[in-house]
Amino acid sequence: MEIKFWLNGKMIQAETDPDTLLLDFLREHGCYSVKRGCETANCGLCTVLLEDKPVLSCSLLAARADGKKVVTLEGMQAEAEEFGEFLANEGAEQCGFCNPGFLMNVFAMLKELKDPTEEQINEYLAGNLCRCSGFMGQTRSILKFLESKKTGKEEAKGQ
Amino acid sequence: MLKIKEYVKVKDLEEAYQLNQKKSACVLGGMVWLKMGNRNVSTAIDLSGLSLDTIEETEEEFRIGAMTSLRTLETDERIHAWTNGAVKESLKHIVGVQFRNCATVGGSIFGRFGFSDVLTMFLALDSYAELYKGGIIPMEQFAAKKRDRDILVRIIIKKKPVKAVYLSQRNSSTDFPVLTCAAGVEEQGIRVAIGARPAKAVLVKDREGILNGFSQMDAAQKEAAAEAFAAFAAETVATGSNMRASAQYRTLLVKALVKRALKQAGGVDSGN
Repeated sequence: MEIKFWLNGKMIQAETDPDTLLLDFLREHGCYSVKRGCETANCGLCTVLLEDKPVLSCSLLAARADGKKVVTLEGMQAEAEEFGEFLANEGAEQCGFCNPGFLMNVFAMLKELKDPTEEQINEYLAGNLCRCSGFMGQTRSILKFLESKKTGKEEAKGQ
Repeated sequence: MLKIKEYVKVKDLEEAYQLNQKKSACVLGGMVWLKMGNRNVSTAIDLSGLSLDTIEETEEEFRIGAMTSLRTLETDERIHAWTNGAVKESLKHIVGVQFRNCATVGGSIFGRFGFSDVLTMFLALDSYAELYKGGIIPMEQFAAKKRDRDILVRIIIKKKPVKAVYLSQRNSSTDFPVLTCAAGVEEQGIRVAIGARPAKAVLVKDREGILNGFSQMDAAQKEAAAEAFAAFAAETVATGSNMRASAQYRTLLVKALVKRALKQAGGVDSGN
């Protein structure tokens, strides 16, 4: 079957099987940031944005993206660079395998919630599992990133 | 592994119904559960083009399309206000936001899964399942019904004033629940549902009239009635064992959660 959708701002048109998962389709089309993790819809590694909402690409058929807008980390390089600095400063990037899915969900959260509290952050990111850094550093990095948006980047980084 | 031979984004419910009469066909919900099984599907039926992904509010009811995501339901302010946050509480522990953006209300209800927080919650509300051929039937009847080839179109919640409470016990955050409990206190009566027993959720029938006049009771009476009904529920609700908990432990939880839920719904205190 043929599907057509916007991937990172570019319209793509391709043949796919009815049971191809969006995860596999995206990787076949060069989006290697999209990782295969648990495959039981639990870890959040495969998170991408579908119509601006974070979804698990391991659980969606590629066919379901037809006519829609899909964004992967490849399409958010500037945002990733900006936030990635805060993540690294807190030692929260570690092996890096979960980072793309985590970042995509952070970006979705920042779009959806204005000035989230620590509790809201933890709740929103409950579906992103990290097995090496734990979650404290990740939360700190988000709080400092938010702070930087309010008070200026350098001040927040130096805290 | 899930294998799909043909994928059809249907144009109307009749097309979905006709395609679904074949035993090897399957209506797609959010697919988060479906894709984990080993199944050969001849025709995957996608309802996502039928505008069933929204929540409508009328004077009398909320009409929740079967393709509404759990996240849309969770963040709907109208339902949040109507159920005192109980619906949100029933959803927020289900894995993560990304999962709840995929999973649909229809998929959760139609599956009648034992672990379903969603089914437990809806059973405690004055809710109904709207089926394409089967019409509108009470949620309790739908939950007890054997799976057939009909299409679940909507879930309807009647807008009767209700004090709703949802509680669940989990071994770890975002895991399947060990036990779920929901209570809906209305002027006309009370619904208490227990799920993840681990069998599918059921309503606890007040056969002894323990909760008669509950809304009009004073705090001490409510507490006594909640305790008595919790003991009754623990005696009558069948529980089982699985890798998450034993039947004995679940029965203890039935008693604790029913009492807490009723006290909270009755406004006695936090329930603890």
